[in-house]
Amino acid sequence: MATRGKIRFLLGDEPVTVSGLDPNTTLLDYLRANGRPGTKEGCAEGDCGACTVVLADAQDGGLRYRSVNACVQLLATVDGKQVVTVEDLSAPGADLHPVQAALLEENATQCGFCTPGFVMSLFALHQAGERPDRAGLVDALAGNLCRCTGYSPIVEAGLRALEEGRKASARARDRKIAKTLSGWHGDGSRLAYDAGGRRFDVPRDRAELAALLAQEPEATLVAGLSDVGLWITKQHRRLERIVYLGEVAELGGIREEDGLLEIGAAVTLGEALPVVAGHWPDLGVLLRRFGSPQIRNVATLGGNIANGSPIGDLPPPLIALSARLVLGHKDGAREIALEDFFIDYGRQDLHPGEFVEAVRIPLPSPEERFACYKLSKRFDQDISAVCGAFHLRLDEGGAIEAARIAYGGMAATPKRASLAEAALHGRPWDEPAVQDAMAALESDVTPIDDHRASAAYRMLAARNLLYKFYLESTDTATVTRLPGLGIAHHG
Amino acid sequence: MGRASNGVTERVSGAAGLPQAHDSARKQVTGEARYIDDLPEPPGLLHIQLGLSTQAHARLAGLDLRRVRKAPGVVAVLTASDVPGINDASPFAGDDPIFASDIVEYAGQPLFAVAAESREEAIFAALAAKVTYEELEPIITLDQALAQDLEVLPTHELCLGEPEAALAQAPHRLTGCLHTGGQDHLYLEGQIALAEPGEGRDIKVLSSTQHPSEVQQIVAKALGLSSNAVTVEVRRMGGAFGGKESQAAHIAVIAALVADATGRPAKLRLDRDDDMLMTGKRHDFRIDYDVGYDKEGCLVAVAFRHAARCGRSIDLSGAIADRAMFHADNAYFLGAARVTSRRMKTHTVSNTAFRGFGGPQGMIGIERVMDEIALSLGKDPIDVRKANFYSGEGRDLTPYHMTVEDSVIGEIAEELEVTSDYRARRKAIRAFNRDSPVIKKGLALTPVKFGISFTTIHLNQASALINLYTDGSITLHHGGTEMGQGLFVKVAQVVAEVFQVDIERIKITATSTDKVPNTSATAASSGSDLNGKAAEAAALTLRGRLIDFAADAYKVRPEEIEFLPGRVRIGNQTVAFEALVKEAYMARVQLTATGFYKTPKIHYDREAARGRPFFYFSYGAAVSEVAIDTLTGESKVTRVDILHDVGRSLNPAIDMGQIEGGFVQGMGWLTTEELCWDEAGRLMTHAPSTYKIPACSDPPEDFRVRIWDKGRNREETVFRSKAVGEPPLMLAISVFSALTDAVASLGDHRLPPDLDAPATPERILMACEDMKARVAAGEEAS
Repeated sequence: MATRGKIRFLLGDEPVTVSGLDPNTTLLDYLRANGRPGTKEGCAEGDCGACTVVLADAQDGGLRYRSVNACVQLLATVDGKQVVTVEDLSAPGADLHPVQAALLEENATQCGFCTPGFVMSLFALHQAGERPDRAGLVDALAGNLCRCTGYSPIVEAGLRALEEGRKASARARDRKIAKTLSGWHGDGSRLAYDAGGRRFDVPRDRAELAALLAQEPEATLVAGLSDVGLWITKQHRRLERIVYLGEVAELGGIREEDGLLEIGAAVTLGEALPVVAGHWPDLGVLLRRFGSPQIRNVATLGGNIANGSPIGDLPPPLIALSARLVLGHKDGAREIALEDFFIDYGRQDLHPGEFVEAVRIPLPSPEERFACYKLSKRFDQDISAVCGAFHLRLDEGGAIEAARIAYGGMAATPKRASLAEAALHGRPWDEPAVQDAMAALESDVTPIDDHRASAAYRMLAARNLLYKFYLESTDTATVTRLPGLGIAHHG
Repeated sequence: MGRASNGVTERVSGAAGLPQAHDSARKQVTGEARYIDDLPEPPGLLHIQLGLSTQAHARLAGLDLRRVRKAPGVVAVLTASDVPGINDASPFAGDDPIFASDIVEYAGQPLFAVAAESREEAIFAALAAKVTYEELEPIITLDQALAQDLEVLPTHELCLGEPEAALAQAPHRLTGCLHTGGQDHLYLEGQIALAEPGEGRDIKVLSSTQHPSEVQQIVAKALGLSSNAVTVEVRRMGGAFGGKESQAAHIAVIAALVADATGRPAKLRLDRDDDMLMTGKRHDFRIDYDVGYDKEGCLVAVAFRHAARCGRSIDLSGAIADRAMFHADNAYFLGAARVTSRRMKTHTVSNTAFRGFGGPQGMIGIERVMDEIALSLGKDPIDVRKANFYSGEGRDLTPYHMTVEDSVIGEIAEELEVTSDYRARRKAIRAFNRDSPVIKKGLALTPVKFGISFTTIHLNQASALINLYTDGSITLHHGGTEMGQGLFVKVAQVVAEVFQVDIERIKITATSTDKVPNTSATAASSGSDLNGKAAEAAALTLRGRLIDFAADAYKVRPEEIEFLPGRVRIGNQTVAFEALVKEAYMARVQLTATGFYKTPKIHYDREAARGRPFFYFSYGAAVSEVAIDTLTGESKVTRVDILHDVGRSLNPAIDMGQIEGGFVQGMGWLTTEELCWDEAGRLMTHAPSTYKIPACSDPPEDFRVRIWDKGRNREETVFRSKAVGEPPLMLAISVFSALTDAVASLGDHRLPPDLDAPATPERILMACEDMKARVAAGEEAS
């Protein structure tokens, strides 16, 4: 396929091409250096949302709008998309956009530094025609921190602004922009950006990706950049070779067949959420909590697994659900159990030239019980102190036929609690069994001790989560969840 | 206020008391509001990066900057020896070196600055430094400092009556200890300054600061200049909360040093991690108490021992620890009382002002005491609190011998008790908890009484400057700074009210030391009280001149002249405001005036620990309901009712924002926000990924906030309003109290929970476990 050396995107309505800039340049730095200081840097790690901008890409003839954190997006990832910033919403002196007007009228600004980020998060919802209820809106704003207002007036403004919905005429404008973007996409060129000896490649299909990696196995694979972006902004590392997975068609699919749910490695958490939540409500709650919309819009399932963090939130539930990992390479693919991927802290079973291709999860059957829990200091957008996932299948007589238990934050890698599982096998799912499994857990894990929690808390909470699972799957009368923390899923 | 012919009161837009929008609101929602980093960069701008100490306590054995100097794009590298004047960025004590030169005393302390052509080049150059340290023993925690007797300031004490004797004779007695955590400001806009050299060695500094005059003085001293060579300007801050009161000077002075050394404009913007590592936070406290009370729960005597973790230097710790002592009583008559305060030194960043300024730490001690008395007597805590409120003759003297003359806390608490349906909910919660083994609920009402005035008396002054132009437009300058709290619009409302002109006629300007000199920090909730009064005085002077002129020119008595909305009635005639201004100009009337205000009545003898440090008190109360998960320690605030006194509100929309926002910030302090240092004294939580301020889902969904409609300041403040910046933060103590109540339910409300702040899931779970163990061991109430 022909390659293209310049980054090409719409900034507002204006087509822009960029060359010569270091491929490590973030979208935020680019915007602020190019006359758009409305987008702010609050943390440079995707946590505060002051840098929120909206990306639009062509979908079904219209536009799909997504809020993202510009601080951890690399400029080259917006190739082929429209970038909308606060400056695009209303001309100076002209009428305000409905979300801006509502924020103004509800007195929802104080210092104003976070405001453009809130404007853009609300704008993304408005453009998508969403009319969330209060809880939905609060969730949609989980990635925007405000230190002044206490959020009430912002939520009120959001509810009010989204009530009216979007004008039909706006859709026509979308179609025009979508046509431009589709035209670019259809011209067959893929971005191979080079500046100052550093490269940013955007393969468009699996074959291109595999060939690139076979050639340069040391290249850094990126998708959502919610982790790798921080290497650049926080550790001040500069990446020499970057390969972006966001355009690889084969990695973006979700399929259900033969009793398996297969999710491509580049499927975003946001795309996976509704499907996953349909099968395993608790996993939906976990996905909702561990990343804000801005993160879910770009971060991928594959990335959360591939980075091998001991505190990644997806591996524990996926291990508990017996998920398997497809690892692709130039000449094919191999499949391994997910727990076998994590060898040690910072070490995964990934050969040179290989990439995470997909995750396969067995679909649930009626006799199964599953729950997962995330413990963190703050409910939303926080890294877990402990993440616990529990999966149980009972036979017809009520005995435990299969038990899978996995934890995050309890060892150097996501950890399956084999001894606790063994303590349950073949026994009725009752109080003595769960107590034995809780005791066995002490030998299964060696929790870490850090600023998120002490080892003692992690151990106690890990045991208690197992007990909570027991309560929720046997005693439906007892309230076990705090308001707003999702409903218990009883088998 | 004018009266139209039909008898309907007409008011100018933005008159005092109206819910006028924040003056920058439109610019904020469009992204046009410019913060310092958003301004077009002046030609030749240099970008500064700092080299920070990685050790908490060490001798600097070597600072090898050769590779830094040779790095691409580097123009200047500055260390302690490059400071032409005094190497100090402290507010007054002289103990905060701009750059460390021999001993480093916290991880995060600046060692050097590098200025380069680009930010990127400055960052990479700074990474090339080679620093060698000879490690010294670090003292990190408050308890370590207490064990070693390491302090930054001597112990101070307040005493009323004979507390020891009273304690010994009290019918009931309890003792205990509470630790409260620190808090990072996490203003969304990090610390920043941009310095531009002028003619000669003049320098102009744009600083994100609450205290431009102090920045001016510190820059002048460091550069060896007189203050009149330095101009400091601030249009707006992206949040401050006390974190830009003394701390901003350190950033500004480094930018000024670079600009002075190179002759080029220079900008220093700390990224979030450096900001959190380098700049101070709220003091963590240890509070020990020994309390005597009667069978009704009424206090007989109290002895508090405070220990404040001040960090490596004095900064504002003296005044902060003092304010904690002044609030050890909160809204209660303590009987005989002794409050002892120790100011401990640790090898951590010097702690500083944070909304409440010690008040929250003082108050939470007595609120814990109220809860424990109630548990020991089997009473509802609300009844113990009500029994102890300041309530007139004989029960109105504070531990610093000030008579509380203006208490409205009884009225507020009574009203809130009813409107929040407290008693019925208490019953419902007891019933719920009986049947719910895992999730437990808690409820609490706590009051706030917060003293208004700087306790350093001379700071209670302010100036303003108003210019009237011949077209009737007005420019307003005063010494207050805008950090989002709505000060600028409130002061403009005062001026609009005096002149009876629409607020749109008034130009709100940046705060600048060359317009209004010798300003106090915008702090202590005093911004509107002080600057509002100063601006009112300036406006009244100008209005007086216009009246004198009109009386003379139109041959009427001054009493026949009335300022109506947009116009002035002079005898039988009415002229437009701008016409009168133009006429006055033509008659050579001076159309510029300054105004000055100093708070009356206040005095304090610190030696004797007696006086009236506060002009008045602000009051409020909150009822919080929470739920905790006794298996995980997670908690959720489910409903909050607030009733708060702002006197006669200058702007109810702005005041409401302060109440709600302050409460949520206080909730963060007591729940999710936890600062963690490792054993070597390195801060482990230095960005929002690890330090968790409340997010959108944390405030209660059911949040009922009311401004008290009977509020009126009995003192002559500006339009009888009351300060509102800090007091609402302390309403959040009700959340901590409710969490304590929920844990106490595990022991059938007989035993005091062992719960420190912040009440993270870990602390709550451990407190639950502790309570279960004590119940199992058969422990009895004291």
